[in-house]
Formats: sequence, structure tokens, C-alpha cells
Amino acid sequence: MENQNKEVLYGLYDDEEVLMSAVKKANEEHLDIMDVYTPFPVHGLDPLLGLSESRLHIAGFIYGAIGTLTAFLFMTWVFTRDWPIIFGGKPYFSFPAFVPIMFELTVLFSSVGMVITFYTICGLWPGSKTIRLNDRITDDKFCIAFETDNTDVQKLKDFFSSTGAGSVETATI
Amino acid sequence: MSAVVSPIREPLIIGHKDYHQITEDICAPTEKTPSLMWVIAFSISASLLAFYVFCVGWTIWVGIGSWDLNRTINWGWDITNFVWWVGIGHAGTLISAILLLFRQKWRTGVNRAAEAMTIFAVMCAGQFPLIHMGRLWLGFFIFPYPNTRGPLWVNFNSPLLWDVFAISTYFTVSLLFWYTGLVPDLATVRDRAKGLRRKLYDMASFSWNGSAKHWQRWESLSLILAGLATPLVLSVHTIVSFDFATSVIPGWHTTIFPPYFVAGAIFSGFAMVQTLMLIARKVLNLEEYITIEHIDVMNKVILLTGSIVGVAYLTELFIAWYSGYIYEQFAFYNRVMGPYWWSYLGMMSCNVISPQIFWSRKIRRSIWWTFFMSIFINIGMWFERFVIIATTLARDYLPSSWSYYSPTWVEIGLFAGTLGLFFTLFLIFTRLAPVVAIAEVKSILKGYGDQYTGENANQHH
Repeated sequence: MENQNKEVLYGLYDDEEVLMSAVKKANEEHLDIMDVYTPFPVHGLDPLLGLSESRLHIAGFIYGAIGTLTAFLFMTWVFTRDWPIIFGGKPYFSFPAFVPIMFELTVLFSSVGMVITFYTICGLWPGSKTIRLNDRITDDKFCIAFETDNTDVQKLKDFFSSTGAGSVETATI
Repeated sequence: MSAVVSPIREPLIIGHKDYHQITEDICAPTEKTPSLMWVIAFSISASLLAFYVFCVGWTIWVGIGSWDLNRTINWGWDITNFVWWVGIGHAGTLISAILLLFRQKWRTGVNRAAEAMTIFAVMCAGQFPLIHMGRLWLGFFIFPYPNTRGPLWVNFNSPLLWDVFAISTYFTVSLLFWYTGLVPDLATVRDRAKGLRRKLYDMASFSWNGSAKHWQRWESLSLILAGLATPLVLSVHTIVSFDFATSVIPGWHTTIFPPYFVAGAIFSGFAMVQTLMLIARKVLNLEEYITIEHIDVMNKVILLTGSIVGVAYLTELFIAWYSGYIYEQFAFYNRVMGPYWWSYLGMMSCNVISPQIFWSRKIRRSIWWTFFMSIFINIGMWFERFVIIATTLARDYLPSSWSYYSPTWVEIGLFAGTLGLFFTLFLIFTRLAPVVAIAEVKSILKGYGDQYTGENANQHH
């Protein structure tokens, strides 16, 4: 969990292009950005913030493979070991007939698994405590936030005014 | 920073919107008291839904004998309605998944409502096989669970069971995809609300806060879900078509069924999207987000898929003749000239002939033409399923058991009732959630807003 009662200074920008150049400037000045909050995904922001590519797809592949194997092994076990039944003189192990369900379970396991993983690693669920600085962030404001515990606040304020932040506010989280 | 967009592209967002205005416009329908139109529409839908519940009760109480099915024609309106609804349920995922992979930005205006429509249509579809079981409360027998009968497992070789897996997977994945897309927009609604409403939307939006890392993962998740949903959506109607294609009934036992069913599904799904969107954009004042350009491109999809369906119909006839197989030839002769000739005519005229008017750009961009055509296509696609199912069964191998089938009031009530279910759910959805994907529309504003592209673009940008 987050430490309680951290002081945060954040600035709100009106445009994602202004935000991008502000983030670039923050990097140049070696300011330690806590996080950036935006109303929609801003492309090109991730490398500036040093965010590595999401590994969610690897998890998705693993879940999918588990789904494929579950379906294949279960149907094979049922039809060759547990209760073999002859359907229209076909072999017990009728692989082509297993393919549709193997496919469906691959997709099902992968999707459900990835969605659960997504919400878990993001710490998002009904009633979870997330850092919410300003109501306009989900509307039309782009926010850069800094922790002010061990930082020169005046330097941050100068940074905001020089990069065109519309407003600068503090919050305790 | 805006995407490179050809200036001859038409804008997808008109009215010189800024980000805040987009939020205002799209959130408005969830925040105002419902209009009189909404209340009237809801009353009608809810009444139909109540009648549906009555008809289901009647069917269970009296038994399947309350339908006009008989030993020869043992699938009638029920399976027709099932296939029709599943088909309609294809457009949403097509728009949200396949068009996402193809980077078609116009999807942002319609994807949310189309996905909702998909989910509700699949719910309607699922009703029919369940009711047709007769003993609704034993519906769980379709799932392979360890039971006290052996355990005796379900038949994994049966296309009917594949259908169970395909449709339940499709429903689950569509629901997850839709809701994950909805979470940031529910947060937008939350941040505009106060009191209890704010608390409820906070729960619904999983306390979304728009963090950069969350957005990155959200986009990654959306892309992979789209990649998974694309083969899934194609598989679902393929498997529905296997219900017929793997049988030994002439007229059903055809290899063309999977692609033909999938094309038909997209065709009917887009028609239903048009019907809903034309009304929704007017009633909810979203004409600047669901523009004539959106209607135009969807009509192009309808024209393409309608023509594919037409080619499939003609191919079936040709192959029946070319096969030299008299039972196949009779099945198709019977479809066109037999006792159900009128439904074949309805299918051909609504699905193949009339959509050809969409070659005209003027008609593609006409709201009234589009609306009437969308209704036509929905009727035509219903006829297609009826033609395949009832017409084929009515004349089987044994002339002494040839029969004719027309629905009872219960069957008509069940069909009308699922329309009630569908529209009730859709109307509730328009009150609770943003009908247009707010975050996604904002993300394309700089490329496709009318101040950035098209005739009225501000040249200084």
C-alpha cells in the first residue's frame, strides 16, 4: 500500500501536446515525476515516463495455453479413459471434433485471466483506494504530479509556470 | 502530435468540439431526467418483456405442445430466432475488435453501443435453446460437470455442444471487453456526480484514476482482447452453422455454410446497429459524434456483406444443380418454389436485391433510406434463417410425413418478447452509461475533429 499522508504538488495542463513537452522538460531537469494522469491514453508518453512495455500479453499467452491444454486433456480423458462411447463408428480419440472447444477455451481462459490480472496489478476493484487528485482529470485536464516530501517546492512551481500549466495545486494523499 | 490524416477524409466529430464539450455532450443523457420519448419506449419494451415472461411460463406449464412444432418440423421459430439474434450479436465485436485491429477510427463513435447491443442480442439468443429444452431448470445439464449419473459426460463431438461453449465464451469475452472499455468512462461520469451517485459510479468504475501506467495496460489489454475476439467472432457463427452443416439433411449439409453464416451475421448485425444508432443519435443528441459519415461507412459494410450473402445464395443453387444429386436439387427447388416460396422471396428481395441501392452515395447518406433498409435487412435475415430451417424440414425424405408449419401465438409472443427484452436492456443502458466511448472519441479528436480535417478545418492548425 501507499504510505499515508504524502504531500503532492500537481499541475493541470489543457492539452496533451503541452503535457508531452512538459514531461520532456521535467526529464531534462531531472525532476522525479510521481505519475501522470490523463483523460485518455496519450501515445508517446510511456517512453518519456520510462514505462516499460506491458507484459500483460505474456500472461495472456500462458492463460490461453492452459485453456487449450485443459480442453484437450479433459476431452481426451473423458472419451478414452473415463467413459468411452462410440459415436457413429468414429474412433474414441476423435481429435478434429475437439478443435472447436479447444479453441473456445483458449480464448475464454486467456481473456478472463488477462482481465483479472489487469485489474489486480493496477490495484483497481470496486472500493479500491486509488490516488485521485482532481475531478477534471477524467474530463479535459492532463495532470503531472510530484511528491514534495524531499523536494524543492519552489523549483517545481517554477517548472509548472514555465511549461504552461493552467493551475497548480497541492494535495495530501 | 495529431495523427496524419488525409485532408479529403471527412471529419468524424463535428461541431468544433473540445475535450470538455465531448464530456458534457456524451454524459448528458445519463444525467438528465428521461425524455418523454424514452419513457414511452421503455413502457412498450417493458410490456413486451412482461408478455415474454408470460409466454415462457405458458410454454413451461403447458409444454412444447403449445408451439406448432411437429415430428417433421421440429425446429421452427425458436431456432430461427436463436440464429437471428446470434447473428445480430456479431456486429458489436466486429466493430470493436476487427476494426480496432484494422485501425478504423470511425469505430470510436459507435463501438460502445454496438458492443452493448451484442451483449443484449446474445442474451436474447440464449433464451431460445434454453426454453426449447422444455425443462428450463435442468439447463445446467449442458455443462460437463461431475454428476451422479456415472459421471456421464456431455458429447464433445456434437456441434450443439460446441455451440454451448462458443456462445458462452462469446458472451463472457464480449462482456469483459465492453466493461473494460467502459471503466474509464464510468469514472468520467463519477467525477461529475455527487453523493450516492458518485459512490455507486466509483464502485462501477473500480476507482479508475487515469494513471499513465493504467492507460498503457488498458490499451495493451484492449488490443489483445481484440486479437482474441476477432477469431472468436468468426468462430461463433461458424459453429452455429455447424449445427446444420454437420447434419445429413439436404440443404443443410453444405460446406459453404460457415462463411455464408458469418457474412450474414455481420450483415444483420450492422443493420441492427443502424436501426439503433439512427434513433439513439437523434434522441440522445449525439448527431455530432455519430455522423452521416459513420452511417455511410456502415452502409458500405452492409452492401459488401449483403453481396457476399447474395453470392452464397446463388452458389448454393448452382452447386445443388451441378452436384447432380437429386435430393439436394429437390431441397433447393423446394426452397424457391415450394410451399414456403414467399419466405424465399422475402429473403432474396430484402437481403440481396434491395441493399444494392447502397451503391448510390446519396442513398447511403440518407437517414430515412438507411433506416428503412436496416429494418428490411433485419426482416430479410430473419427470413433467411426461417428458409433454412423450416423450409428444409417441411419436405424430408419421407413424403408421407411432409408437413407445414405456422407459429402459434406463444411462439410469436416469445419472439416479440425477446425484442422487448432487448430494447428494455438497451434503454436502461442509455440511462446508466455513456453511449459513446468518451475517452476513445477524445483520443481521435485531434485527427478527426472538423476543426482539424475536412472542409471546415482551421488551416492554421
